[in-house]
Amino acid sequence: MTLPPHVVANPRLGTWLHVADGVLHVQVGKVELGQGILTALQQLAADALGVPVGDVRMVAAHTTHGPDQGVTAGSLSVLQSGPALRHLGGVVRALAGPVDEGYVARVAALDPATDLTAVTPAPPLPARAVGCDVPRADLPDKVLGRPRYLTDLRPDGLLHGRVLRPPRPGARLASVSDWVPGLVRDGSFVGVVADREADADRALESLRRACTWEGGSALPDEDHLPDWLRAGEHEVVEVLDEGAGAPTHAASYSKPFLVHASIAPSAGMARWDDAAAGPLLRVWSHSQAVHALRDALATTLGLTAEQVEVQHVEHAGCYGHNAADDAALDAALLARAHPGRPVLVRWSRGDELTWAPLSPAMTATLGATVEGGRITSWSHETWSLGHSARPGYRGAPGLLAGAHLADPVPLPPSTDPPAAAGHGSMRNGVPTYDVGTRRVVGRRKVDSPLRTSAMRALGAYLNVFAIESFLDELALEAGADPLDFRLAHLADERARHVLREAARLGGWGEALPEGHGRGLGFARYKDRGAYCAVVAQVEAEADVRVRRLTVVADVGLAVAPEGARNQLEGGAVQATSWTVRERVRFDRTRITSDDWESYPILRFAETPEVAAHLVGTDAPSVGAGEAAQGPTAAAIANAVHDALGVRVRDLPLDAAAVVRAIEST
Amino acid sequence: MTELQVNGETVAVDADGETPLLTVLRDELGLVGSRFGCGQGLCGACVVRLGDAVVPACDTPLWQAEGQPVTTVEGLARDGVPHPVQQALINSQAAQCGYCVSGIVVAAAALLEREPDADADRVAEALDRHLCRCGAQRRIVAAVLAARGSA
Repeated sequence: MTLPPHVVANPRLGTWLHVADGVLHVQVGKVELGQGILTALQQLAADALGVPVGDVRMVAAHTTHGPDQGVTAGSLSVLQSGPALRHLGGVVRALAGPVDEGYVARVAALDPATDLTAVTPAPPLPARAVGCDVPRADLPDKVLGRPRYLTDLRPDGLLHGRVLRPPRPGARLASVSDWVPGLVRDGSFVGVVADREADADRALESLRRACTWEGGSALPDEDHLPDWLRAGEHEVVEVLDEGAGAPTHAASYSKPFLVHASIAPSAGMARWDDAAAGPLLRVWSHSQAVHALRDALATTLGLTAEQVEVQHVEHAGCYGHNAADDAALDAALLARAHPGRPVLVRWSRGDELTWAPLSPAMTATLGATVEGGRITSWSHETWSLGHSARPGYRGAPGLLAGAHLADPVPLPPSTDPPAAAGHGSMRNGVPTYDVGTRRVVGRRKVDSPLRTSAMRALGAYLNVFAIESFLDELALEAGADPLDFRLAHLADERARHVLREAARLGGWGEALPEGHGRGLGFARYKDRGAYCAVVAQVEAEADVRVRRLTVVADVGLAVAPEGARNQLEGGAVQATSWTVRERVRFDRTRITSDDWESYPILRFAETPEVAAHLVGTDAPSVGAGEAAQGPTAAAIANAVHDALGVRVRDLPLDAAAVVRAIEST
Repeated sequence: MTELQVNGETVAVDADGETPLLTVLRDELGLVGSRFGCGQGLCGACVVRLGDAVVPACDTPLWQAEGQPVTTVEGLARDGVPHPVQQALINSQAAQCGYCVSGIVVAAAALLEREPDADADRVAEALDRHLCRCGAQRRIVAAVLAARGSA
């Protein structure tokens, strides 16, 4: 019997399951971020336990009561939780079966201390809920305007908190000239609390006027980021070195800094209680990793992990490591100054866009040798900043306010997930194609004045954009159709299938109106996840308008097909926004894109028609949320080339980039 | 004291007239359905109906709301039955995180009241001041179209 790793790490039955009011309550460590994961896991749990979906209720992640399943990220939730829930259900049926009228009562009577690793599970039952479209459990509250998000919490005695961030990275608080109601200060960390939200907002403005700041960090020139990325000290990640030959073709691509830009500014709630045995800190957070956050809070605040409890509460989509964890520490610091009362902290829009970790700027240079219409050697070199600064990732808490305390807990430089976790900067650095001898290397710039961390797809967004743009360039140079050229270099049948389906459904080869173009992009996410091909249709004249996206993916067995399609569509639309609109702006001292006018994202009227198709397989289920981003970017750039005959290699692919590309042709 | 008519009820609010309507709704009246997104009237998450207009509540001072009926997302259901736009959104899973939806529902309901036959382009245009970061725009437009006739 092979035990699922998440069961081995969390072997106690009661950590995963309890019965209340005749309903099976299943608790996982994965969290709902708007991706519908708790509904998919509810389907898996119901089938595993042998009951209808409606008999299972999912419980939000909790550091004391629930399993530690690490981070909800990397499109891994179904892959990691599926086997764990199947094992759980098999053990429960082995101990409490058969599934009849008395079943739930017998489950309720099971010893919560039961060791899940010591019981042979009953054989699996046929799937009933998995593969079907079950209504999302969380959506009615969200659509009907009921309290559901973290900032909707209104416990008795609630205080509202606000934090005043420095006016620029690296600045220190020199003085606070006036008394401000509700002031809390620790070094350069400064905030206010008030009983009423309106008073907290007013006090924040008073505080802003009263504070004097000094110092700051020098930021790079936003117009020369590729040069900046290539300069200075790097950590080298050798991915593959098969001795690639001298290239006959070479090209460089880049992306700017981006930001998660959640519609809700991050928030956190905390309550600090002093007791004889020492303080107890309770935190409500929309973190992607409640256990790592608990440890980071404990280290920062000089507490033990047992003194801190973190419960997940839903909030807006985060799309990666945004400021959720930072806001939790802010709440804890304000709550420490007001023991016995819950403090709810909400960030401002400006802070969310300028102080949350950014998705790093990147650049890549690709080279290839083409002989007789075939690629015979390939090189790929990427320069980036680290793609992870998550709490605990380098053994340091990594929480923003920690660096501002009188006794600071500095932020470690961002790093990258290891190869075993699919890399960061080098994610999808190796093409799926047969390209002869290969050399693939990453160079991660060690120091940055701007904090960077994970945003959906990590380095795969730029690497796939580069690879798939470059393939089109090579195909056109060789006089080949981009689809045929790809298929000629592709042996993997699942890859060939999604490409062909995307071409068929996307109208590949059909005539288009003047000024329109069509382009293709493909990748298998992390080389082991979902296969995804995208056909983009654009209208490009003065500006680039993406009109239509056809997304075809093979995610293995889709647990929740409509949810998977929703993720693919959303991923493709968000990537369209990144690709044609987005760029974090800054001068040499501060980030200047601090509102929705200076950091515009795709609007309703600009949103392309998008059709996502799953090609059915019964291969193991993999995630869908990060499969479409890289292929979409490449498909758009290739479609712009098809429409205008110009190649844009530096994102964003906006009107200015098109003009530059035309001028340089 | 300021008197407000919110979702058909008259309520008295003891707050400074410059306080944003959104803060009054969420913090003073406990109507947390209107979500805070930017505080600058730029994202649409907090849009409410004020008289015949749809306005961002974060950018509307309390004094301006006096004497005009305010309808929030909580006021759209009739006798406990969700508004057809809300039902259509739920039926077609036309949301991911849902944070932008409250304002969108209010704006879409107002649009269909005004233009019961609005087409996809009109719906997208009417929702253009609303930001959705999850990329559910097209699903949302399709759901609003599906709600026509019953709205």
